[in-house]
Amino acid sequence: MDLNYSAEELAFRDQIRAWLDANLPDDLRRKVADYERLSKEDLARWHRILARAGWVAPAWPREWGGTGWSVAQRYIFEEECGYVGAPPLIPFGPTMCAAVLLRFGTEAQKKRFLPRIYNGDDFWCQGYSEPGSGSDLASLKTRAVRREDHYVVNGQKTWTTLAHYADWIFCLVRTDPNVEKRQEGISFLLIDMKTPGISVRPLILMDGEHEVNEVFFDDVKVPVENLVHEEGKGWTVAKYLLGHERLTTGRIGASKRELARLKEIASKQMKDGRPLMEEARFRDKVSRVEVELTALEITNLRFLDQLRSGRVPGAEVSMLKIRGTEIQQTLTELMMQAVGPLAQPFRPLGGAGDFDEFAAGLAPRYCNFRKTTIYAGSNEIQRNIISKAILGL
Amino acid sequence: MNFDYNEEQQLLADSVRRFIRKDYDFESRRKIVASAEGWSEKIWGTFAEMGLLGLPLSPDYGGFGGGAVDLMSVMELFGEALVVEPYLATVGLGAQFVARAGTAAQKKRILPRVVEGKLKMAFAQTEKDARYNLAHVAATARKAGGGWQLDGGKCAVIGAPIAEMLVVSARSADTGGISLFLVEREAKGMALKPYRTVDELRAADISLKGVTVGADALLGKEGAALALIEEVVDYATALLCAEAVGAIKYANDATLEYMKTRKQFGVPIGMFQALQHRMVDMVISYEQAKSMACLACTKADAASDARERARSISAAKIKIADACRHVSQESVQLHGAMGMTEELKVSHSFRRLTMIAQQFGDADHHLERFAKA
Ligand SMILES: Cc1cc2nc3c(=O)[nH]c(=O)nc-3n(C[C@H](O)[C@H](O)[C@H](O)COP(=O)(O)OP(=O)(O)OC[C@H]3O[C@@H](n4cnc5c(N)ncnc54)[C@H](O)[C@@H]3O)c2cc1C
Repeated sequence: MDLNYSAEELAFRDQIRAWLDANLPDDLRRKVADYERLSKEDLARWHRILARAGWVAPAWPREWGGTGWSVAQRYIFEEECGYVGAPPLIPFGPTMCAAVLLRFGTEAQKKRFLPRIYNGDDFWCQGYSEPGSGSDLASLKTRAVRREDHYVVNGQKTWTTLAHYADWIFCLVRTDPNVEKRQEGISFLLIDMKTPGISVRPLILMDGEHEVNEVFFDDVKVPVENLVHEEGKGWTVAKYLLGHERLTTGRIGASKRELARLKEIASKQMKDGRPLMEEARFRDKVSRVEVELTALEITNLRFLDQLRSGRVPGAEVSMLKIRGTEIQQTLTELMMQAVGPLAQPFRPLGGAGDFDEFAAGLAPRYCNFRKTTIYAGSNEIQRNIISKAILGL
Repeated sequence: MNFDYNEEQQLLADSVRRFIRKDYDFESRRKIVASAEGWSEKIWGTFAEMGLLGLPLSPDYGGFGGGAVDLMSVMELFGEALVVEPYLATVGLGAQFVARAGTAAQKKRILPRVVEGKLKMAFAQTEKDARYNLAHVAATARKAGGGWQLDGGKCAVIGAPIAEMLVVSARSADTGGISLFLVEREAKGMALKPYRTVDELRAADISLKGVTVGADALLGKEGAALALIEEVVDYATALLCAEAVGAIKYANDATLEYMKTRKQFGVPIGMFQALQHRMVDMVISYEQAKSMACLACTKADAASDARERARSISAAKIKIADACRHVSQESVQLHGAMGMTEELKVSHSFRRLTMIAQQFGDADHHLERFAKA
């Protein structure tokens, strides 16, 4: 048994580190480090830098721009990006929509969409959830009716992340309401956000930020060539995408960075004249989350090793999601606790505030991170998956 | 043994409940929070009319001479409604200092105005790097002229932008001990940087630069205020525990209701046993929080000594902080994405509970105090 990366993998990691060091612009690095909201342009800029390096989509086949890296290399790359604090590559296009197109798309669809996704010309969002359909996605009602060469879409999606940035949305829609198994009447459609009849309304989360939206469809005409896979086979597509979930769900790299940040904060905060980090009660909590993170990292590497020897990851990904998000939440909570009373300020009134803005951002961030155990399949649903798929309960 | 409210307390609770139903539903609160002032003068006037502002103050000044236990139901109901007016800052802190340590003249000058709703107060104590340590006071008080000169900085002073008068702690240059001073908010040399808190209260950081106050501004004995500060903060902590119980009740009621109405997979999500047990644990947290609030308030009124009071109230705050975290987090999680939205009251009780967990010291602070007291 050997828990370490091979010499080649380590060399690869060093190469990625050096590249990130040289290519991640300082202002973006600072914004991420200060937990500032990234604009569409910030995200696009980083996307273009990766595109120039040829690293937008390591997992794609080489002919479409993939790097041909091993699973371990891909994992290393993503974790290093997280660790250094690079802006996230928003997954809806490069990871999700692309995976679907590569598996189920026609040649024409691939040619039309993949290069634009790669270059960051199109920003994508994900239209799955509806007001009545969250965990129970197959109950979705947004209706698409075939009329000659197009579908007419009516209905509503919700919680759509960054729909207000998006050029395109991939949607699950109901094409046949009269099927016995409701999974069978669902189709996967690609919809241009500029199509008449689409309106986007912001939903403000409790940190006061606009990141999710409601998307309304009112007689929206979608050309039939935007159907992916066969009509009525949308559920197969959605399930493929779920199974395609990556082994980086645990976000080890990003959490390592946050852990370092937590230690830094706790070293600067004073308690009874000494750094908080020297107080056993608080330090134990920091140590505990570090141990949790170590356990998750090694578990992650074990799964990776299994994947390398050809085993398809299944419900393991659910475990990574559960523990990974719990760790992320613990880190945000400990940061907020570390600054104590300085976490109270939210918005200055009349003129600039005098308060420590970084400290003041920690409570809203804690609030925002409650989402991680809800989205991308809530942690309850992940537990259901494990109990069914692994335990056979 | 008797855990029930007496008849008077019942009647008071009923009238507060009626008032909240009528004038302080979530929509009304939303408007108050969005207003420039962040509190409602009309509501404050109603507090005065209902006698809530004089509830714990002596009848000599127009009050009712009630104890923390008498305020419990009020605080619970305020917690449930997420009331943002500076009731705790005024009645639980500011006026308490005057009532407990003021001279007859100071009481006469201040307390009737509090009772009538004409004076709101706040306690300017916390400083940068003080965390929750009440003895950490670096602001200074020097004798000057016939009175005092105050210098230093305070932060996270809840209610300060709304208050007309602050109780400011400062370290006496002569004795080295901590003293308390009554300072008008408009006093020269005192500058407020106001802000909204995460849970939508108004607060401020304050700088004091050569603020001069008269001899009659000193509250209590010079250099000997620490024990009084401990006592009053314990009292306010007990009230805060009761407020937390109300906010927890709201979060639980809302979540239970949601579990019965939100359908997924063809059934109310409350049918899922995994969630049923979670809800049960939330209810257990509520019951224990309530018990500890009873302990805190009774000991705030009648502890045999300061040690017993400190231990009981710290014990209560530990359980309350745990319950605040547990219930707030679960209430959002069980609401799914809905729980994350600004629009839903449950995201507001989440924030209030998050802040209460830390206010006057988080669980760690009180664990240490509990063991040391
Ligand atoms: C910030 C954020 C961003 C999002 N972005 C997107 C996006 O871009 N696109 C998109 O399509 N969706 C998005 N979502 C929606 C997300 O996928 C849903 O919130 C999620 O599927 C849960 O659905 P729900 O919120 O309706 O909760 P519900 O399904 O109503 O669940 C409520 C509670 O019940 C639990 N529950 C439900 N069923 C069961 C069960 N069988 N057993 C045990 N517990 C159960 C849940 O875990 C949850 O705790 C986003 C959500 C958030 C918060």
